[in-house]
Amino acid sequence: MRRLYKDRWGYAFIAPSFALFAVFFLVPVVWGGYLSLLDYQVFNKEWVGLQNYREIARDSVFWLSLRNTALYTLGLVPLWLGKALVISALIFPLAKPIQTFFKGAFYLPHVTSSVIISMVWLWIFNPPFGLLNYIMELLGFAPHAWLGDVRTALLSIILMQVVMGGGSSIVLITAAMGSIPYHLYEAAYLDGATKTQAFFRVTIPLLRPTILYLLVTGTISSFQVFTNVYLMTQGGPQFSTMTLVYLIYDTAFKQFKFGLASAQAVVLFAIVFALAIVQFKFLGQEVEY
Amino acid sequence: MLTSAQAGVAPGRVRIRRVRVGEAIAIAIVAALAIMSLMPLYWMVVTAIKQPTLVMKMPPEWFPRQLSLANFRDLFARRLLGRWTLNSAIVATSVTVAQLFVASLAGYAFAKKEFVGRNVLFWLYVGSMMIPGQVTLIPRYILMAKFRFINTYWGLILPSIAAPFGVFLMKQFMQTLPGEIIDAGKIDGASEFGIYTRLVLPLSKPALAVLGIFTFVSEWNDFLWPLVITNSSEMRTLQVGLAMLQEEVPMAFGLLMAGATYAAIPITIVFLAFQRYFLTGLTVGALKG
Repeated sequence: MRRLYKDRWGYAFIAPSFALFAVFFLVPVVWGGYLSLLDYQVFNKEWVGLQNYREIARDSVFWLSLRNTALYTLGLVPLWLGKALVISALIFPLAKPIQTFFKGAFYLPHVTSSVIISMVWLWIFNPPFGLLNYIMELLGFAPHAWLGDVRTALLSIILMQVVMGGGSSIVLITAAMGSIPYHLYEAAYLDGATKTQAFFRVTIPLLRPTILYLLVTGTISSFQVFTNVYLMTQGGPQFSTMTLVYLIYDTAFKQFKFGLASAQAVVLFAIVFALAIVQFKFLGQEVEY
Repeated sequence: MLTSAQAGVAPGRVRIRRVRVGEAIAIAIVAALAIMSLMPLYWMVVTAIKQPTLVMKMPPEWFPRQLSLANFRDLFARRLLGRWTLNSAIVATSVTVAQLFVASLAGYAFAKKEFVGRNVLFWLYVGSMMIPGQVTLIPRYILMAKFRFINTYWGLILPSIAAPFGVFLMKQFMQTLPGEIIDAGKIDGASEFGIYTRLVLPLSKPALAVLGIFTFVSEWNDFLWPLVITNSSEMRTLQVGLAMLQEEVPMAFGLLMAGATYAAIPITIVFLAFQRYFLTGLTVGALKG
């Protein structure tokens, strides 16, 4: 008791934050696990054990959404990271004002909301009047219903994200590049390394913590893609852009099967968690200068 | 400290010339990529300020000869636009102010106070940052229904205040404040709360600025939570309202781009005014764990 009294200011300062955190994070996380074991609909609530998980395993739309989300992530994250690395390497040696200008230019699409970006690209992808088909026609290709075709819908969303994305990664990578000690480059150049060699042998290995961080956060965020799908395709055509989070939304708030949707969310969490651990394992060794 | 920025500038005339050519090529490549990622935003604005009859003209006009505000007139004639804007402003501002207060209090306690259970609590916060928001979405929604907070400002605002990232960011920053300052405050007879308001908060301005800006932008842009927690047209935020407009008139591209431009303006202003914080602030919390 003495101890608790002595510590009272610490607890008092944490109390408002912790109260909200407990009600809106801790309780929902545990409760979400519990809900996944219920058949919870608007007028019905009963314990069904692992029934929801069995239903998920049998549901072909769930597997399709998992496949689409995986394809989306596999397509997007390497391109995002590659684009950010190339741009960072190119702008880092430039004069500070030019560097800042480019960082700002790439960052602006990043602060623009997904709703706005999706609306603009719906216009660009529009089959008869959109900008993309106009450019394709100039280049001699036939116009195409980008988002209306099973083969290109998911690809189109990936393309859009690659073109618009990478802004925050560039800021982080160039900051990390700035903290690499210069004498390492001096040593490399003394040993006769070219700039390209220095980039791959010095810069990239020392950027490993940053790359790991971006890989993990990029994977988590692309596994959560929702707004673009909601606005642009609603999961179609023929489920070709149905992603996990869109499926969760659809199950919970269109079909009102809260128990089943909770089970889907638990599966999403398990996958994201496993992916993060794998990435840490493979890339997580400490870096020493 | 010398950084690798200087690596490109080698002595000797021949080298300098070669470097300049390399630099010009680098700038050209980066500029092309930057134009690509800004082009959709340019196209959004240009479409919005075209004569409505010329929006779908083929071939499209890259630089419209006749400017017109007709699309914006259509936009402002929509009944609820002002209300949605007001809702977004209320939600984003309240969440930001509350989050700054709550997170800085807790961050201060985690950084500078000793109390039993401190480390366990802090790891709960950090660990929950890895959990995808969709996992808590459904239980949180049911909880809000039990509190009768569905379709209210409380429902829109309260859960977002609890986001653990703010506490993490404030703690990381406040750890770097020297303890002597707090001790000096105690000797001068300041109360615990006085030390927080008069010493700790003013010294934490850089971190508060970063957290405030990031919170405001992400709340203004948020989509999934406002989508599920509101169910009347009056309570929609601007982002959800725009998405509904997109569903209502999917081919009215002039009007839609006017709406997108309108919603992008406040964030663009915030970004341009506080660019410095965006481009440096990202690194405060991200990498030093």
